[in-house]
Amino acid sequence: MEKNKKSGTFYLNPYLSGFIFGMVLLITFIITGRGMGASGAVKSTVVEAVNTVAPAHAEKSDYYSKFISDDAHPMNTWLVFEVIGILGGAFLSGLIFNRLKFKVEHSPKITSRRRLIFALLGGTLFGIGSQLAKGCTSGAALSGMAVLSLGGFITMMAIFGTAFVFAWIFKKNWI
Amino acid sequence: MVAPLIPMGVIPESWNNVFAVILGFGFGFALESAGFSSSRKIIGTFFGYDFVVLKVFFTAAITAMIGLLYLSYIGWLDFSLLYIHPTFLASAIIGGIVMGIGFSMGGYCPGTSFCGIAIGKIDAMIFMVGMAIGVLIFSEAFPLLEKLYNSGNLGGKLVSDSLGMSKSLFAFLLTVVAVGMFFGATWVEKKVRKVEY
Repeated sequence: MEKNKKSGTFYLNPYLSGFIFGMVLLITFIITGRGMGASGAVKSTVVEAVNTVAPAHAEKSDYYSKFISDDAHPMNTWLVFEVIGILGGAFLSGLIFNRLKFKVEHSPKITSRRRLIFALLGGTLFGIGSQLAKGCTSGAALSGMAVLSLGGFITMMAIFGTAFVFAWIFKKNWI
Repeated sequence: MVAPLIPMGVIPESWNNVFAVILGFGFGFALESAGFSSSRKIIGTFFGYDFVVLKVFFTAAITAMIGLLYLSYIGWLDFSLLYIHPTFLASAIIGGIVMGIGFSMGGYCPGTSFCGIAIGKIDAMIFMVGMAIGVLIFSEAFPLLEKLYNSGNLGGKLVSDSLGMSKSLFAFLLTVVAVGMFFGATWVEKKVRKVEY
């Protein structure tokens, strides 16, 4: 257990959290034969929204149509159910460790507004990149690494390597 | 050989989504309890004041990897039935770079932003709005990106095969490297001035 001095809340030991996380991932592979993910649930939601608002457009597009079929609803995917679980699990942890609070977290050097603009831009880039790489930090990098996927390792190195350089460019936003 | 259980028919397919919720719950709890709902804690890895991302991420990857190799070795799990994330060289690198820039600006990745949302982080909610916009932009621009999306397809290639070693030797070497990084990270954390967040 490690105490955060400012907020007074506790975090689990990172190796213990990593071990629990790894065991959950292992059990996921043992049961379903596939790993975990996150960006896929966002994709399903966007496909579902576009398919509702403009079904003709969705059907014509080479990308949306990959994920639409007559028998299965796009929202009805494994990852959407998994994300419902993620929200529940994270909420429980936040409740136990007393971290439930509406707030915008940012460096004291910047305003909330600037933080939110950067969050929106960062999210947008993550959305584009995750579709290109066919998965994000969870689906491509972590789950890929667990089964020794070459692409998983490459994506992991590209994400962390690039973020390391760019974090210093945006240093004022963070520290 | 009994695993993977659903592809082998040991557990009926209809249970799949029930497990999705239960396993997602564990995933969310593990991430939040480690502090992945805080963008400034996550980003600390890049400035050296908090290496929680490095420690949790590699511990999880190695735990799952060794578990899968061990179960496969004792014959309980058929490795060939596992879904191997396919390798598309160009899009894996370029997609990773785009995500890396997004990571350094937004402070979250999709999984951690869900954790942030669950405990009330407004920046995480806005990040998720951005994610949806990004997916929409990519989908609409797909005709332009399709060539890049499909290029360099190597299928389900394993990193150990590319390096010409066995799966278990690779897992052993990665574990050694990770433990080395953990010691290095802890050393750096002690040298770097603490950031309060």
